[in-house]
Amino acid sequence: MIRRDLQVDTHGRLKHFLTIEGLGSELLLRILDTAESFAGVGDRAVKKVPLLRGKTIVNLFFEPSTRTLTTFELAAKRLSADVLNINVGASSTTKGETLLDTLRTLEAMQCDMFVVRHAQSGAASFIARHTAPHISVVNGGDGRHAHPTQALLDLFTIRRHKGVLQGLRIAIVGDIANSRVARSQIHALTAVGVAEIRVVAPKTLIPSGVDSLGVRVFYRLTEGLRDVDVIMMLRLQKERMQGAVLPSTHEYFHFYGLTEERLSLAKPDAIVMHPGPLNRGVEIESEVADGAQSVILEQVRYGIAVRMAVMALTLGSHASRERSEP
Amino acid sequence: MTRIKIATGRVLDPANGRDGVQDLYIAEGAIVGIGEAPGNFICEREIDARGKIVCPGLVDLSARLREPGLEHKATIRSEVRAAVRGGITTLCTPPDTDPIVDTPAVAELIHQRAAQAGSARVEVLGAMTKGLAGEQLAEMGILDEAGCVGVSNGTRAIVNTQVMRRALEYAATFGLTAFLHPEDPWLASQGIVHEGAVSTRLGLPGLPETAETILVARDLLLVEETGARVHFCRLSTARAVTMVREAQQRGLPVTADVTAHHLHLTELDTADFNSQCHVRPPLRTDRDREGLRQGVRDGSIAAICSDHQPHERDARLGPFAETAPGISGLETLLPLTLRLVDEGVMGLTSALARLTVGPAKVLGLERGTLGLGAKADVCVFDPQVRWTLSEAQLISRGRNTPFEGWEFRGLVSETLVGGEVVYSSAPWAERPQR
Repeated sequence: MIRRDLQVDTHGRLKHFLTIEGLGSELLLRILDTAESFAGVGDRAVKKVPLLRGKTIVNLFFEPSTRTLTTFELAAKRLSADVLNINVGASSTTKGETLLDTLRTLEAMQCDMFVVRHAQSGAASFIARHTAPHISVVNGGDGRHAHPTQALLDLFTIRRHKGVLQGLRIAIVGDIANSRVARSQIHALTAVGVAEIRVVAPKTLIPSGVDSLGVRVFYRLTEGLRDVDVIMMLRLQKERMQGAVLPSTHEYFHFYGLTEERLSLAKPDAIVMHPGPLNRGVEIESEVADGAQSVILEQVRYGIAVRMAVMALTLGSHASRERSEP
Repeated sequence: MTRIKIATGRVLDPANGRDGVQDLYIAEGAIVGIGEAPGNFICEREIDARGKIVCPGLVDLSARLREPGLEHKATIRSEVRAAVRGGITTLCTPPDTDPIVDTPAVAELIHQRAAQAGSARVEVLGAMTKGLAGEQLAEMGILDEAGCVGVSNGTRAIVNTQVMRRALEYAATFGLTAFLHPEDPWLASQGIVHEGAVSTRLGLPGLPETAETILVARDLLLVEETGARVHFCRLSTARAVTMVREAQQRGLPVTADVTAHHLHLTELDTADFNSQCHVRPPLRTDRDREGLRQGVRDGSIAAICSDHQPHERDARLGPFAETAPGISGLETLLPLTLRLVDEGVMGLTSALARLTVGPAKVLGLERGTLGLGAKADVCVFDPQVRWTLSEAQLISRGRNTPFEGWEFRGLVSETLVGGEVVYSSAPWAERPQR
C-alpha cells in the first residue's frame, strides 16, 4: 500500500520501483515487453547495449545476497552503466551510522540509481522518500514486504512457457508468512489476471488475513497441486525450525516437499519454479529440481533481462523528465 | 498568592455535576467561590472567560518526561510546559526511567525537578519489581512513603504468575493501585503492528490481539483472588474492554484507560509504513476503535491518556521497525478528546470527565474537580477556535506526531496550577518564537 505517486509519475512512468502492488497490468506488461527486447542481448558476441552509458548504479545491499546482487550487476553492465557494489551488512549500523547517513554519503558521490536490499520491510520506500530527487530507487528485496523484480522475472518465465497469463492456475508453496517473494508474486499474478492463486503451507506459515490478498489457502500439498499450471516453490529458512513454527525439516519434506509423485498431480505440462537458493531434500527433491518440468535456471537467466528492463525504464523516464522540465 | 476571578465562563465540572455560566473565585491556591465571591474577596486579576469553558485541569495518567536518563529526548522542565499548554495540570509518569523508580531517591528526584519547573504537577508510579525484571518485589511500601501514587512494571509484563500474584497482594497491603500494561511478551515477540491483513500486506511482524487479552484475563483472575486494585493502561482491543466491563459489573476493583490516538487512528494509518503511527500497543482494527469508543462513552474506560512519548527527530527516521514507538501527545490530548464530541461519540461533559475526575479517581487524588476548597487546578479553553496542528509549533521537545495538518476545534487559553496562571496564550500563529 505504498502510495502510487511515490513510484509512478503523472505521465505513468516509473520513478522508483518499490513494489508490484498498485502498478497495474499495463505497466507490468510494458516492463515484460521491454525485457523481451533485452532477452537476446546475452546471446550476442558483445553482450552490451549503450542505453545507460554514463549512468552510475549503486547496488546497496544491507543483507547478504549472491544471486540477486550478481544479476543486478550484470543487468547494469549490459546496459553500459557504471556499477558500484556496496555491502553495508551489519558493520555500518554497528558503527552507529544511520541508514540516512549512508544515503547522504552515497548521494554526494553523484549516483543515479540505488538498488537496495534491506532486512527491514519498508526500507526501500523509506529510502525512496528520503533520497535526493534525481536518484531512482529499485527494491532488491525489503524484509518480508516485497521483492518486485523477482516477481516480474517469474511472470516473464511463466509467459515464455505458457504464452498467455490469464486463465492460469498457480500454486505458491511454502513459507508464505515470511516471504517477500510470495507477496510480490501474489500482487503480480493478481494484476495480470490469472484464474486462481493458491497458497499451500501449514497454518504456522500462512500469515493472518492472507485471504484479503485474493488467494485460496490449502493446507495439504496433494490438494493444492491438483490441476495447476505453475508451481512456485519458496525457500524454507532454517530458522523456522526454531521458535515452534515447524517440528523438523524431515516432517516438512514429508508433507510439503515437492516430489515427482506429487508433481504428477499437477497438469502434465506444469512448470516448476523456485527463486533459489534451493534446499534440496527440504522443499524440493533433486529429481524435480533438475527434472524436465523445472524452469529454475531459466528464471535466473531471465532475471537479468527483467532487471535490465526495470533499470532502463526507471532511469530512462528520469532522463526524459529532466528534459521536459528545463 | 494572587486572587483571581475567572469571569463569565461556562464552568463545566463533571465531578460536581456543574455546568453553567458562572464566575470562579480563586484565593490561596484554592477554589473559594463559584458564582458568588466570598465576603472578603478582593480581585487582583480577572481572566475574561466569556464564550470559553472553565473546567478542572486535565489529569494525564501516562506521560514519559524522559528524565532521568533520556534527556536528549526531553526533560521534565520542557515537558511540563507542554503539558500546561495542553491544559494538563497533573501528569503521571511510569517507573521506566533510567535509573528505574525502584528506590525512593529517583521518585524524589523527579518530584524535585518538577517542583523546580513550577508548572504542572508530576506524580510518579513506583516499580512493582526490582529493576522491572519481574523477579523480586520492589520496595513498594517505601516507594509509597516517598509519594508514589501507585506501582507499575512499566511496559514489561510480569510473566511469572507467582511473582505477579505476590506483587499484587503486596501492593494491596499498602492500598497501592497496580498500573498494568497488558502485553504477553511471547505473543508480542517481534510484533510491531496489529496482526491481520495490514501486517500481512506490509510484511511487518504482527502483534496479535491475544497478546493483550490473555494478560487481561490472567490479571482479572488474580484480582478476583487477591482483591488487589488494578488499573489497565492503554487498552487497544475491543475484546479487552468487554472483559474489563464485565469484571466491573461483577464488582471487581478494576479500571482502565485508553490513549487519545487509539480513539482516532487504526491499523490502516500504518499502511504506508508511516512511522509516526508506530505506537505500542499497536493501532488496531476499526472494530477495536469502535469498542474503545464504546468503552469511554459508557465509562468502563475511566480515562483517556496522552501516552506522551517525546522522541528526537532521528528516532523516527528509519524503516518502520527500526523507529522508536510512541507519540508526543500532551498537546493533542484535549483536542483529540473534543473531536470525539464533534464526531458525536459522546457528550462534552462525559468527555471532560474522562480527562479530569475519571483519571483523578484512578490515582486516588482529590484532583480533577472545581469543588469549593479544592486545589485551583483549572483549564480554560475556547471551544470554538479552529486551528491546524503543525509539529513545528509544539512546545514539547518531541515533534513526533501523526496529527500534523489535522484541523482541531478548541484551544486552551489559560491553565492554572494551585491558583497560579502557568500558561496563557495568544492564538498560536501570533505566539512569539521560542
